[in-house]
Amino acid sequence: MYSKTISLRFPKNIVGEPIAATLVKKFDLSFNILKAVIYPRKEGLMVLQLSGHKKNYAKGVQYLKGLGVKVESIGEDIKRDEEKCYQCGACTAVCPTGALSIKRPEMEVVFDQEKCSACEWCVVACPARAMEVKFNKTLLN
Amino acid sequence: MAKKKVTKTIDDINRKIKEGKVVVVTADEMVDIVKKSGAEKAAREVDVVTTGTFSPMCSSGAFINFGHSKPGLKASRVWLNDVPAYAGLAAVDCYIGATESPEDDPLNRVHPGEFKYGGGHVLHDLVAGKKIELRATAYGTDCYPKTQLKKKITLSDLPYAVMLNPRNAYQNYNCAINLTKKTIYTYMGVLKPNGGNANYATSGELSPLFNDPYYRTIGLGSRIFLGGAKGYILGPGTQHNPEAMRHENGTPLTPAGTLMLSGNLKEMDPRWVLGVSMLGYGCSLAVGVGIPIPVLNSELAEFTGVSDEHIFTQVIDYGNDYPKGEGKSLAQVSYAELKSGSIRVNGQEIPSVPLSSHKRALEIANILKDWVEKGELLLTQPQETLPN
Ligand code: SF4
Ligand code: SF4
Repeated sequence: MYSKTISLRFPKNIVGEPIAATLVKKFDLSFNILKAVIYPRKEGLMVLQLSGHKKNYAKGVQYLKGLGVKVESIGEDIKRDEEKCYQCGACTAVCPTGALSIKRPEMEVVFDQEKCSACEWCVVACPARAMEVKFNKTLLN
Repeated sequence: MAKKKVTKTIDDINRKIKEGKVVVVTADEMVDIVKKSGAEKAAREVDVVTTGTFSPMCSSGAFINFGHSKPGLKASRVWLNDVPAYAGLAAVDCYIGATESPEDDPLNRVHPGEFKYGGGHVLHDLVAGKKIELRATAYGTDCYPKTQLKKKITLSDLPYAVMLNPRNAYQNYNCAINLTKKTIYTYMGVLKPNGGNANYATSGELSPLFNDPYYRTIGLGSRIFLGGAKGYILGPGTQHNPEAMRHENGTPLTPAGTLMLSGNLKEMDPRWVLGVSMLGYGCSLAVGVGIPIPVLNSELAEFTGVSDEHIFTQVIDYGNDYPKGEGKSLAQVSYAELKSGSIRVNGQEIPSVPLSSHKRALEIANILKDWVEKGELLLTQPQETLPN
């Protein structure tokens, strides 16, 4: 399962299109609308979390772009839930940037957000699911 | 004049515990003590060495009795939060296993499957006091006519809930690498292609069975730390294999002994009973286990003083060999090398990655130390030691 939070800007001519239904039916994607507004000049903005198979996700985004929708991914931050993390180290196997590393000799698993590229590998590789995707909320206000 | 050799009994140590005079150290502290003072002096000074491990241990689960309803029901199928439990037992008994997934879980249909929720998570949620949905179906009998049951339960509502783990605390385990060209998803975690990482799953010198390698002091009835509560060793676990090749210090060089463990689920702590999801493999349970080893003589001081430099395991290719049922060793490495962050296999340097939490293992050893010092846990003479 692949999931990303994206913002969609619609030109006014397609505000009436049933794009959500198409995403579900044609591309087998599910979505969670976080924000939807239509501005006075009839342009629309929608922030949604789109989930499904990675290939379908790419096809779905292609479809949107084909309609003239501006698709942007929203800045996502990876956070570690310190309560859930049991300090094993499994995540260090997949982290490509060294944001997750082991401090020796204590064998403490350190998370340095500065180094994180938000690739999300650790999110599914962590046995305790302690690594979470938090998106930048400024667009929602 | 040479001093007499130390010999203590479990009763001697328990007397010292009751008098508040017992000397307890953790297994990593014992390494330095034996190095500095020698085994004989260490045996004189130290009475108990505490160990610990916290790692996914698949062969775990719990027996649950959920009490009779009115009218009665003889459950033939049972689900807890949609996770099937084994119901081929008496009317309202079941066993929930750690690796069970819900029937509608996509499993590995979209590979690698995420395995977000399963038996291990049910166990954690129960211990955390959360509400669980229990569903049962039955064919109906003259004595138990009801055929459907659906209710919310919590651990405290249950008349009986006992953890029984058929295999925990493996004495040593393989170090896994992947020499194929594709990333693979295994019970040993994610393994990157071309030997990208080497995963290992033992707490080394802190691990219980490395500290009593021939099972001299532990067996049926040994009182231990299990899931944050006091639990017991019931005997050898499944796949217990004492015949494994050993180092001259007694520690096995490949997977060897295992333990069957049991404890009252109602007394446990969710911190030490944790549902885990192994990407592309399945659900499991990380369980905290700690065993106090009595230092009865210098031989046991020597055993408990073993250090990571002198404990070894084998590097196995989980990409090509292991799936075929072959396990030829590509290299023998020590836990000191594994903990250093990289190992060498046929000239290639490979980053080593732990799956077992060193910090939590040490925390368990310290909790156990505290219990023994305060007299909250007395040592037990096993009724029968493990086959060795
Ligand atoms: S894999 Fe998960 S639980 Fe383990 S150290 Fe990384 S974040 Fe923590
Ligand atoms: S998201 Fe990627 S870069 Fe960031 S910590 Fe996780 S694995 Fe490392």
